[in-house]
Order: sequence, then structure tokens, then C-alpha cells
Amino acid sequence: MLPYVLSLPALLVCIGILIPFVTAVIYSFQRYRLSQPWSRQFNWGENYYNFLFNDPGFWNTLKISLLYAGITVTLELLLGLGIALLLQKRSRVNNFISIMLLLPLMIAPALAALMWKLMTNPGFGILSYLANQVGLQNFRWASSPDTALLTVVLVDIWVYTPFIMILLLAGLRSLPTQPFEAAALDGVPRTFVFFRITLPMLTPYILTATLFRLLDSIQQFDIIYAMTQGGPGNALTVFQVEAYLNFFQSTNVGRSAALMVILWAITYLLSNIFIKNWLRLRERARGEA
Amino acid sequence: METTSTLEKSLRFLALSLVVIFFMFPIFWIFLMSFQTNETILQIPPSIVFTPTLSNYAALITGKLTTSAGTLDIAFMRNLGNSVFLSVTSVALSLVLGVPAAYAFARHKFRGSEDIAFTLLSFRFAPPLLVLLPLTQYFQWLGLSDTYFGLIWVYQLICLPLILWIVRGYFEDISADVEYAYRIAGHSWFATFRKIALPLAGPGIAAAGLLAFIFAWNNFVFALVLASADKQPVTVGALAFVTSSGIQYGQIASAIVLSVTPTLALALYAQRYLVEGLSLGAVKG
Repeated sequence: MLPYVLSLPALLVCIGILIPFVTAVIYSFQRYRLSQPWSRQFNWGENYYNFLFNDPGFWNTLKISLLYAGITVTLELLLGLGIALLLQKRSRVNNFISIMLLLPLMIAPALAALMWKLMTNPGFGILSYLANQVGLQNFRWASSPDTALLTVVLVDIWVYTPFIMILLLAGLRSLPTQPFEAAALDGVPRTFVFFRITLPMLTPYILTATLFRLLDSIQQFDIIYAMTQGGPGNALTVFQVEAYLNFFQSTNVGRSAALMVILWAITYLLSNIFIKNWLRLRERARGEA
Repeated sequence: METTSTLEKSLRFLALSLVVIFFMFPIFWIFLMSFQTNETILQIPPSIVFTPTLSNYAALITGKLTTSAGTLDIAFMRNLGNSVFLSVTSVALSLVLGVPAAYAFARHKFRGSEDIAFTLLSFRFAPPLLVLLPLTQYFQWLGLSDTYFGLIWVYQLICLPLILWIVRGYFEDISADVEYAYRIAGHSWFATFRKIALPLAGPGIAAAGLLAFIFAWNNFVFALVLASADKQPVTVGALAFVTSSGIQYGQIASAIVLSVTPTLALALYAQRYLVEGLSLGAVKG
């Protein structure tokens, strides 16, 4: 009896989330605009149907979200792995650097975006000045549709690469040493060691890091909203930003809810694929160890 | 590894230096900016040589901003206070609710326990706005909109899953035999929890609490959607700050510095727990 009582609060929180969740799904099947409450009615799949056939804004949102997630996670993985390898050896300096690199991760992403906004200000921003110095006249960072994506990707990399780095560093340092010693004794080339020993043994960690980052990145809101509010134009209207603007600016609740349901479906799918692979790999890693 | 050439050493050094510059420079630059007036900030080329001033911090702390056009009120200290209040109370509530639940999940595999635990975990990955947008309407009906109570309740969505999953891992690591021995000695279930399990999982609980605090403090979207100006934490307040007229760039910078200091200090203090916490213990192996 007692365990039920103790887990009651957790259960209540679950229910407290499930109710608005179900409500959102219902909204997504309705024509529902806050500005025209009288016209509210079920239109069944019309919101979704519109996405498919007459809503270029939706495809723009899908494209930018996937592009943003794809670019950030790929670059962060490469960079994070590289830094982890550089810091792999335990030494005073390396430990100090790895602690310092945690700091960007601890800054609120919305505030990190503001920091970069100050640094990319066309009037006095240090990065605008530096871009000018290397010959990029009038490089407008987040205020130009051509470079807005690049700018927010840069902020995302600044904030989240440390996350991947610390997970992979923990992974690297926990690997058993015997295979590496054996390889060194046999004079195996280092590229071979990296691709045939290090990388396979590190795979569960890489998958975990990728899963966490991919799910966060495709839902990114804070950095993009704080930086440009989805602009300029619709250059950065990723899923959550678009849904937010739909709800609060164009008061189109139905479309907003449908967008969120689709995003939820994507994240649900992604997390299931990854968790399955991850559990399998972890089992295998344990079996070998 | 032993046969590292000088070339490789210098390449490593170069790469690490670039990494450190890229990740540390923004923090360093904003910190410098917070001690500058508009005159020195707007200088071209930018320079790190200037006479530091505390006027930005003074303006934020007194809440009075003197411009050529007159005095402006700024509510930044109120935002800071809101952040402290919201984060501390949310984490405290989460600990009170979450730690016993985590213990129940770790020790008793009862029907549906895994389902509840996984449902809670899945919220860590669900799009926040999916839940938040309908919640704005529920909050209006329930009279919760624009109350601290409502915000703290919603902040449980951030803190509770985190605490539940991390602390559960720590409880599972404690050998159940110690607890059985204590129970057989005639102590109650609750006494066992309080005298044996809690102290043993103490460091884990502290780490989970710190991490939950950082996540609550850094949260942006929950308060953006649900809090009005006088209840906003720094993350939302700082954004409004940027667009308000008459604000000097140095003051934005010092507001950012004040807003990130608590989490940075906590992170440095508790850095060895962060890896495990951030991955919900997934890398424990």
C-alpha cells in the first residue's frame, strides 16, 4: 500500500500533464481561432490535411527544424568528440579545461542568445567588427535571412557542445585499458585503434549523447526566440517558435496544436528508435566487458 | 601515446587553445562589457582597455536609471528575486514529493511503477509548448494564471522527472540487505527510509537537487508563456530588458552577468555530479 501512496504525487503530475496533452490533441482536430471563438468546431483532419496540400509555411517549418537539428547535432558531435579526445588524458590542465568548458552549458540558453546578440550587434558587436576585419563587409549575422540560421547554430554549438563533450569524456575515461595496451604492444596504427577499438566501444555513449541532443535540438525554442523571434521573415520559424507565434500572434490554436502534435510524434519516434538501439548496444557492451 | 612528437604536441596545444578561446571568450567579453559605459562600448576598434565603472550594476540594484530624458524604473531586481523564489520553492517541493516516490520505485516493483516512471521520463523529451498552450487556458479557468503557485506547479514538470530518475538510480545502488537488517531489528519502514536509505543516498539527492535548481533557473519557455511582468524570472525579464528604450548596453551585460552567476557558481561547486545527472545516469553503464 505504502509505495502507492508515495508515488501518488508523481502520478498526479503525470495526470496533470496528460490532461493538457489530450486537450492539445483535441484542439489539433478543430478549427479554433481565439479571435473567432464562434466559429470553433471540429474539422477533423483539416489542419493536418492543410499541412500536406496547401500550407507552404508548414514545409518551411519542417525543413528549418530538420536542418537546424541536423547541422547542430552533427557539428556538436564532431566537435565534442574531438575535444573529448584532446582532453582524454587525466592531467591537472585537462581537468581544469573540462570544468571551464562546462560553463556555457550552465548558462540559460535564452541568456546565451542575448550574449551573442550583444556580440553580433551591427553597431558595436565584437564579432561584427571581426567579420569586417576579415573582409566580410556588412555581415549582418542574425538580422539577415541568409546568415540567421548560421548565427543561431553557432549559439547552439557554443551552449551544447560541452554537453556532448562531457558525456564522451566520461565514456572515454571509463573504457577498459587492456585492448589499448594490447594494441600498443602489437604496434597497431593509431587510426586503426581509433576506428576499430575506441569508436565501437564508445558507441553507446555517442548514441546517448545524440539522442539527448537530437530531441532537444529539434525542439529548440529559447535560443531562436531570444535571438530573432523566428525572423527575419520566416527564416527561423522552427516548430516550437511557429506554434508559439501561431498561438499568441495569429491566435490560430488549431494549427498551433497540430504543429505540436506532429513535433511530438517526431520526437516519440526518434526516442523509440534510439532507446532500442541503445539498450541493445549496452547489453552487448556489458556482455563483452 | 608515448611517442608524441613535438609537432603533435604543438598541434594539440593549438587546438586546445582555440577550443578554450571559443568557449570562454563570450563570457569574458560580456563580463568586461558589464563594467563599461556606452561611450567605451561603442568605440571602434573595440578595446579591452577602459576605466571600469560600477554604474551599470548600481543602476540595476537601485532600480533607477538616469538618462538624459529622465529617470527610468527598471524591475530587474524583482526578476532576480522571482528566479530565486521560483527555483528554490520548486526544487524544495520536488524533493519532498520526488525522493519518497523515487524510493518506492527503486525498492518496490509494483504494478504500473515502470509505466509511471517512463511516462514521467518521456516528458523530459516532449515539446513543452504542447502542454503549455492548453495549460494557459486551464490556468485561466482555475484562477491560477499569474500566480506563483501556478508557476511552481508547472515547474514540477522540469524538476520532478529529473529528481525522480536520478535519485532512483542512487537508491537502487544501495544494497537492500542493509535495510533488511535494520527492519528485522524491529524498525519501521519509515525509520528505515529515514535512518538508512536517506543518508546513504544523500550525495545523490543533493546532486539531483542542484541540477534541478539549474534547470529551473535556466528555464525560459514556461515563464514566457505563463508569467506576467511582475512574476517573471531573469531569463524572460532580461529579454524584455533588451527591447526597452533608454537601456544602455552595459546594463544589459551586467544584467546577464548577475543572471548567470548563481548557476555558474553552483556548477563549479558540484561539477563532479553533473555528468551523471545530465544524462539521467544513462552513462553509468
